[in-house]
Amino acid sequence: MNFFYLRRKFYNILALTVSLLSAGFGIFFLFWILKDVISFGLPALNGSFFTELPAPPGAEGGGVAHAILGTFFVTVVATAIGVPSGILAGTYLSEYGRKSKTASTVRFLSDILVSAPSIVIGVFVYAVLVKPFGGFSAIAGAVALSIIMLPVIVRTAEEVLKLVPDATREAALALGAPHWKVTVQVVYRGARRGITTGVLLAVARVSGETAPLLFTSFNNSFWNFKMTEPTATLTVTIFNYALGPYEDWHTKAWGAAFLITASVLVLTVLARLLVTRRSAG
Amino acid sequence: MAFFERHKADKIGDAVFRGVSYFFAVLVVVLMLFIFAVLFKESLPSIRKFGLKFLTSAAWDPVQLEFGALPAIYGTIVSSIIAIVIAVPISLGIAIFLTEMAPKGLRGPIGTAIELLASIPSIIYGMWGLFVFAPFLSDHIEPWIIDHLGFIPIFNGAPLGIGMLPAGFILSIMIIPFISSVSREIFQMVPPIMKESGYGVGATKWEVIRKVVIPYTRSGLMGAVILGLGRALGETMAVTFVIGNSHEISKALLDPATSISATLANEFTEAVDPVYLSSLVELGLILFVITFIVLVFSKLLIGGFSYKGGRP
Amino acid sequence: MRKLLIAVVLMLLMAGGSSAADLINGAGATFPYPLYSKWAYEYAKKTGIKLNYQSIGSGGGIKQIKEKTVDFGASDAPLTAKELTEAGLFQFPMAIGGVVPVVNIKGISAGQIRLTPDVLADMFLGKVTRWNDKKIIDINPGVTLPDDKITVVHRSDGSGTTWIFANYLDKISKEWHDRAGFGTAVNWPAGVGGKGNEGVAAYVKRIKGSIGYVEYAYALQNKLTHAKLQNREKNFVDPSIESFSAAGASADWKNTPGFSVVLTDQPGKNSWPISGATFIIVRRQPEDCANAKAVLGFFDWAYSDGAGMARSLDYVPMPKNVSEIMEDAWTKEIKCKGQAVWKR
Repeated sequence: MNFFYLRRKFYNILALTVSLLSAGFGIFFLFWILKDVISFGLPALNGSFFTELPAPPGAEGGGVAHAILGTFFVTVVATAIGVPSGILAGTYLSEYGRKSKTASTVRFLSDILVSAPSIVIGVFVYAVLVKPFGGFSAIAGAVALSIIMLPVIVRTAEEVLKLVPDATREAALALGAPHWKVTVQVVYRGARRGITTGVLLAVARVSGETAPLLFTSFNNSFWNFKMTEPTATLTVTIFNYALGPYEDWHTKAWGAAFLITASVLVLTVLARLLVTRRSAG
Repeated sequence: MAFFERHKADKIGDAVFRGVSYFFAVLVVVLMLFIFAVLFKESLPSIRKFGLKFLTSAAWDPVQLEFGALPAIYGTIVSSIIAIVIAVPISLGIAIFLTEMAPKGLRGPIGTAIELLASIPSIIYGMWGLFVFAPFLSDHIEPWIIDHLGFIPIFNGAPLGIGMLPAGFILSIMIIPFISSVSREIFQMVPPIMKESGYGVGATKWEVIRKVVIPYTRSGLMGAVILGLGRALGETMAVTFVIGNSHEISKALLDPATSISATLANEFTEAVDPVYLSSLVELGLILFVITFIVLVFSKLLIGGFSYKGGRP
Repeated sequence: MRKLLIAVVLMLLMAGGSSAADLINGAGATFPYPLYSKWAYEYAKKTGIKLNYQSIGSGGGIKQIKEKTVDFGASDAPLTAKELTEAGLFQFPMAIGGVVPVVNIKGISAGQIRLTPDVLADMFLGKVTRWNDKKIIDINPGVTLPDDKITVVHRSDGSGTTWIFANYLDKISKEWHDRAGFGTAVNWPAGVGGKGNEGVAAYVKRIKGSIGYVEYAYALQNKLTHAKLQNREKNFVDPSIESFSAAGASADWKNTPGFSVVLTDQPGKNSWPISGATFIIVRRQPEDCANAKAVLGFFDWAYSDGAGMARSLDYVPMPKNVSEIMEDAWTKEIKCKGQAVWKR
């Protein structure tokens, strides 16, 4: 009896130690990465990093200002395409489709598209937007990102719209408001914060994407303000600079890595704060 | 009169709004089909030239224009399996730690931290892998592995710090936050009464986890693992930096290899010949199909895509 | 949110409004990348015309100009006259350089190790696998070589550097010719693949006992350890601007169809055996005349004002008589809407 008890106790402690150690191991690596991004990245940031164009290879100085702008514009355009379409599709799922076959198919495929390999999306956009229209372009990159964003928005939009109780809808409908008005003025309003959270998370996700941009928005060593021309982005810049031979490039790649990681984390934290505030209020 | 006109306008408004939202919902389906169709159309030259042999041939010869997907498929699958083998126990450890062991005050912050890490862009993992982890491996870990485990064929090779094993390892670090946050959520769904009844009959913590929590959540956990696998299979940046880009199938996991996504990232803008390009697109199509199947499988395991909203 | 939308609309409007001549897009070879970036940087300061050059590899340069996604392509691998005619393209050389075998061996400094064509080919064929192989020791008397495994580093992407290097191996080794041949990418018998000259340089720096090949400028800038190589006249030579010039001296640009000149394994006492010219490829009948003129304007400036900058970055610029041949050919061959784009 006593022996069995000891054995069970031993296994308990062993198993719990193992899970504690593995948790520690995982957390250790994750924080190791974060620490390196900060300690290598932070010193790379200075005034010219944010304001200047790259200097020619081998020469010191210069910055990645054009890539910061490029990432910003490509992400904004992707958001402008992806968010409205995603919210409308989500609206269909939660307000009209609900249990219909179409709705389940859309839900199913969105969930799969969320995890589809992003590089394949890049190949797809290359085939439909880059090759036929004669050139890499910022807009092609934005479209690729919006495709990645779309299913994320669809699913979050549906999830948060669903949280609005049917009783609210019925109350508004009973007052004689048309369904679309109820959706826009009552349901959307009720789910505003949730939708904002979803959008922030989706923006965070796509702004760190590299693979779909390699064959679409490509790269540019200068400022680009035109949607039809190739543009630099922070992530593609990291890819090129990190594989480059110059120390100065590596430093800049770390700087860009820090910048993109920090922005993504800030967006994610912001999104989470919105959620907590909602559940608290 | 005014009432009827307004009524009419409302009806039109409703129809338009419904139509527009229907359009965008169906767009998702159309997009999926369109991606398949475009990839298939662009791979036709390669499919016509190589047929099914493409899947089994290990040739990758841009001079003679002989292409086979086997090394890339092999690399994709093996690196993902390595990632899963490493990531699953660790992620479960983290999830168990967070739901069952950690003091209440720590659960929130650590859980949030891990979820935040899931949002770090994959290129950061790749870059870190190349600059920090690969030199560390080649200086400290791999020579030891080769000396002590080298008699096992999979642990042979040169201590380059880049190759199949490092790629799998970096991938595993990348998917750990992902799997652990999903499994944590799943663990939290176990009704407390079930756990308490376990403790009530005198079970230890581990026994409750093993005999109550894990059986109760088994299919959900499987789904989470396969979801992680789906991520690993399609991941590009974390792999490209450290896998070594060699179209050779080697038994030794320390040797350089390649994956579908790494091949695409390296060679896509460079493939001159239409057959070369088409073979690359076909690789993309294969990757798309593999992940599609894996993800469908995971969705079916996790289950529940029916409408459950609208209740107060 | 509203402000963002306005910004987006503004950007889309701007997309419609400006001419294509103040931005030139080019892509291709990594070898001349430092040079073209330097030129672009100076040219933009002087004229305001921006030349965006992205080094994606020569294979990529050829592909992107064929698919018309860029205004010019750049390649270290010359296209043949037939390929040029078929695709409606025109090529001209911009600079001469060399491909250099670089090594990372414990205790060996630059130029200290000597290689013969045979040994080099055997290494890349995976037949000589250790640094203390008898074949290597025999040609390096007095040099202590470690018992380390040789790791071959090659390019993972399509590349003119690979083309020049493989073209050389193809000329000097029958076995290489049978097993791999040459092209912008080949079926490598052995080794690890790095992306771009940069990737190869980075891997060679990182992997002990490695040998790779990069363009000379990359070897210099990265302070990589190069090997001496035996040329056609059995001399062991170091790579240098002089030895590349020597290899280029015998080229007959005027009478080579399509200017498709290959400079590997050239005669000459001081010739570096793995030399090559780097080429610009443009469309014979461009659609956007102003843009085509801007492209040629840039390279005209590069031929004249850019030559000094080229030398300072360790490239051999094209001599004046060659650049004159090229500019005459521009006038004759490149027509936009029936009109010559370039008049000298």
